[in-house]
Amino acid sequence: MDETEIAVRDLAIGYGGLALLKNINFTVGRSEIFIIMGESGSGKSTLLKAMIGLKKPAGGRILYGTMDLWGAGPDERERLMRRFGVLYQNGALWTSMTLAENVSLPLEQHTDLSRGEIRDTVALKLALVGLAGFENFYPAELSGGMARRAGLARAMALDPDILFFDEPSAGLDPVNARMLDNLILRIRDSIGSTFVVVTHELASIFSIGDNSVYLDADSGTITAAGHPKVLLAQSEDRKVRNFLTRGNEKSYAADRGN
Amino acid sequence: MDEAVKKGEMSVSAPTDETAVIQLTGRWKRSAGLPGAGEALGILESRPLLRKVSFNTAGITEWDSSLLTFFLRIRHSLEIKGVVAEADGLPDGARRLLRMAAAVPERPGARAEAEPAGVRQESFLSRVGGGAISLSGAVEEAVAFIGEAALGFFALVRGRGAFRPADVYSFVQGAGVQALPIVSVIGMLVGSIFAFMGAIQLRTFGAQIYVADLVGIAMVRVMGAVMTGVIMAGRTGAAYAAQLGAMQVNEEIDALRTFGISPVEFLVAPRVIALTLMMPFLCVYADFMGILGGLIVGAGMLDLSAASYIAETRSTLDLTNLWIGLFHSFVFGIIISLTGCLRGMQCGRSASAVGDAATSAVVTAIVWMVIATAAITYLCDLMGI
Repeated sequence: MDETEIAVRDLAIGYGGLALLKNINFTVGRSEIFIIMGESGSGKSTLLKAMIGLKKPAGGRILYGTMDLWGAGPDERERLMRRFGVLYQNGALWTSMTLAENVSLPLEQHTDLSRGEIRDTVALKLALVGLAGFENFYPAELSGGMARRAGLARAMALDPDILFFDEPSAGLDPVNARMLDNLILRIRDSIGSTFVVVTHELASIFSIGDNSVYLDADSGTITAAGHPKVLLAQSEDRKVRNFLTRGNEKSYAADRGN
Repeated sequence: MDEAVKKGEMSVSAPTDETAVIQLTGRWKRSAGLPGAGEALGILESRPLLRKVSFNTAGITEWDSSLLTFFLRIRHSLEIKGVVAEADGLPDGARRLLRMAAAVPERPGARAEAEPAGVRQESFLSRVGGGAISLSGAVEEAVAFIGEAALGFFALVRGRGAFRPADVYSFVQGAGVQALPIVSVIGMLVGSIFAFMGAIQLRTFGAQIYVADLVGIAMVRVMGAVMTGVIMAGRTGAAYAAQLGAMQVNEEIDALRTFGISPVEFLVAPRVIALTLMMPFLCVYADFMGILGGLIVGAGMLDLSAASYIAETRSTLDLTNLWIGLFHSFVFGIIISLTGCLRGMQCGRSASAVGDAATSAVVTAIVWMVIATAAITYLCDLMGI
């Protein structure tokens, strides 16, 4: 990849005095789809929270270009966060608002667009994720896959440079999960955003990932990094290969007595 | 009943001084009333030379995991004494289950953490210290929240807040008109209860007419506000805590933050404003319903005429009483909405945490309302009103 978008340096994250992650180092290139993978409980989502400005790390830096997310003042951080779009695990749509209101709220808060322009933008974003005409639906009236796509429309409301996904395909059927993967690829190819995707869905990892890191739950740090397919073929780490083969790494399984 | 399907039985035999065989027969299922492992251990532990225990389970007809726990308890107790308990004699399936359970070794330290906190002995000093630290943390959090809510309020007043007018409107409706039925019922009943209680005493002096004074002053000065406060704490305060708590669980509040929208401005400020605005209205309404309740009792049971009851009420009430009551309700409105929202924002990330948040919101609000009432009453006394 040509340019570095995000650089994570010596990051450490703790929960109530307990070190959860340490020595986290990686870089994400511009327009890359970057996968953060690992077993449940390895701290993937926590790392994501630190990267989007919701959880202050215990140490280290997260650089966006030359700007240090957590070293910056609150106003600067706020400005930087304007460049992010986040899709939460279950969409996290605001349940008391319609889809149109969900997508338009960030636009109302942060842009000077007129009502008509906002309406058109909302319609466009919903159409992009295949939800044209669903403006007046409430989140409770949607299926899981639709809610996830609506969350993506909201995440893209402000045309972010970087989109973060927290387990986008968790709990979705294979068809809807695939649809979401294709959506991610199409968006990247058309507007060139950078994607950081936290997931443990192997199908997604292999079909969309340009680059990845593997978070190890036991050591609390990154034990492998690279293109997922390359990792599968060449990784020296049996635990990583076991993860990428859905627990089929024979030598590793034998050690654990299965 | 056939001999083979009898309930589980156990016998211990000892071929040599160093070995023992535990013979198990019958139906080894949890519901069948099994002999305990303690019984076998009692026999085995009386033999100091024992080195090895084996099992003979050929006579077992059915078994479930109680057979495994029986075996494991015996093995565990004997291990400490250096005696080996062999699993060879157990049924095939049971041996497979034992191997599965032993496949992934126990994580060191996992068991200690799982112990309930109460088991660990903590010194009195460290408990007091821990309590003080968590109290100071809670106070800090509450003060920061109140400060943020105040900033949110000013931003809103200056027209720069992130709230939506439609939200305030719907909260005003929820905390106002929709609360009227319950406030009517409670207000009227409280008024009539006061009238009854007063009447019993006042009748002995032939002073029934003063029931109107009692009900009027009690309701308008404090009880109207207190009863409205208790109702609204249980109704609206709990609802606010549950709403914000559910949003916390669903990551909706995180989503607001990532868009740079202050949850306090967007979610808390409109709720606080709506409830604080509506409380005085509800209070006046409750006052009125209370007086009406007193009037019904007075006119219906005490042979007072409605006109004289109303005249007496009017002569005894002045604006000071009304202002004091309204001031109470205004303060209660702030307390209920702030505690409801604070508990919601502090909510953990599970379904039970939402329930805890709602409960805690009601309890905290009522405690602070009682404290506020005491303070206001004392201040009024100081000012001689």
